[in-house]
Amino acid sequence: MIVTLAEAVAELVHDGDTVALEGFTHLIPVAAGHEIIRQGRRGLTLVRMTPDIVYDQLIGAGCARKLVFSWAGNPGVGSLHRFRDAVQHAWPGPLEIEEHSHAGMANRYVAGASGLPFAVLRGYTGTDLPRHTATIAPITCPFTGETLTAVPALNPDVGIVHAQRADRRGNVQFWGITGVHKEVVLASARSLVTVEEVVDELTPAPGAVVLPAWAVTRVAHVPGGSHPSYAMGFSERDNDYYQHWDTISRDRAAFGRWLEGLTS
Amino acid sequence: MSWTADEMMTVAAARALRGGTRCFVGIGLPSTAANLARRTHAPDLVLVYESGTIGAKPDRLPLSIGDGVLAETADAVVSVPEMFNYWLQPGRIDVGFLGAAQLDRFGNINTTVIGDDYADPRVRLPGAGGAPEIAASCREVIVVVRQSRRTFVDRVDFVTSVGHGSGPGDRARLGLRGGGPALVITDLGVLEPDPCDRELVLTHLHPGVSPEQAVAATGWPLRLAPTVSTTEAPRPAELAALRALTGSAEHEERT
Repeated sequence: MIVTLAEAVAELVHDGDTVALEGFTHLIPVAAGHEIIRQGRRGLTLVRMTPDIVYDQLIGAGCARKLVFSWAGNPGVGSLHRFRDAVQHAWPGPLEIEEHSHAGMANRYVAGASGLPFAVLRGYTGTDLPRHTATIAPITCPFTGETLTAVPALNPDVGIVHAQRADRRGNVQFWGITGVHKEVVLASARSLVTVEEVVDELTPAPGAVVLPAWAVTRVAHVPGGSHPSYAMGFSERDNDYYQHWDTISRDRAAFGRWLEGLTS
Repeated sequence: MSWTADEMMTVAAARALRGGTRCFVGIGLPSTAANLARRTHAPDLVLVYESGTIGAKPDRLPLSIGDGVLAETADAVVSVPEMFNYWLQPGRIDVGFLGAAQLDRFGNINTTVIGDDYADPRVRLPGAGGAPEIAASCREVIVVVRQSRRTFVDRVDFVTSVGHGSGPGDRARLGLRGGGPALVITDLGVLEPDPCDRELVLTHLHPGVSPEQAVAATGWPLRLAPTVSTTEAPRPAELAALRALTGSAEHEERT
């Protein structure tokens, strides 16, 4: 159940998989993303509501074939330059995109976790998104006749999140901004949770969510594994690094040096 | 006390928020304005961030919508599906505060791509995030954006978030339940939709700005309201509170 990060990624993530690394600003599994780069995975369909630094890195490193997302930026700083370079100039390779809104993506995970083929919401109406994204479609309410929007379930091959802690049996606990953590783990065929600490017993924390061990495939003990994101109660968001990343990612050569530092 | 155009814009945006209002806040200029309002005339303003923090009371400006300070000070922290489904979608939020990379005469917003070809964009922007549903479901929308011909365009290249569509009745036809953009606050003045045809018209100019400047910074033939008022200049207390906020902010988003 509890394995090393390298073992978990080798076992769970395969070339061509659909992989969702989630964490809404908080508890982003950045170290797991770096391990995917180190192990040289290719042809991945990457799913994430808010592709930020770690997806910029995966895209720049050439791991991704396709990106499914709702907001691709460096939060509070500006653009993701590796993502932009891939979309605008197909560097380091072409990147197919499937673009949604946050409400749509969140509902797609809910449908996936619920064992439903699609979700219904009031969304996208009047926007240009449905013209470019095939996975947005109108649907008529069978009870009222009202036109609503349907989006298909997301069921990734692998869902990966970071959490504050797990016990030795692999029960996982996280709190603070929980984003779509629960949904992505339950929606995915296989899941990996990296944790700040492994404890004998989980003690209550305000607002905490617990995922029982049997709902999680693998747990890896990776202290600081969400940096430059953060784990409430363990670390602060490294806002300086988010700004620093802008300089690295703007330039292909600077990014190449960063990548060499990661993989050598 | 002198001030910059950006400071005037932020102060004007903060003033537009009444006390007790439940406000859905995007990062950058809207977050600065909402936090300023909470520190000046509207201490009971309810700040809602899409990360799931309801009633956040940050003591410094967050860099992202998910900074720890928002969760630590919130009345409630909910999951992202709950935020959009239970809180935004049914119309529980009064004001949606949005930015824009492009904005047209009917207040439609583009934050997706610049250029005519979606598949081969001139500039790829971050995308929709929470904005389409914020623009659809909040009781009203306030847009905070610097005014220039690059941003204020005749037609947006991509409709990410619907304003007043192509005119009167469009929102109702689309089934959008919120009221759409009520105010567009810029570094030059304030635009509001004409009550009859819903086109944005200039209703306020900030001190020292001429109507010609506002017209020149707009990519459609900008109409002036019958009476164009002058915004009250920032008061020393407002400026002091704003500078205390931004002084501790590490960065301001520019997209």
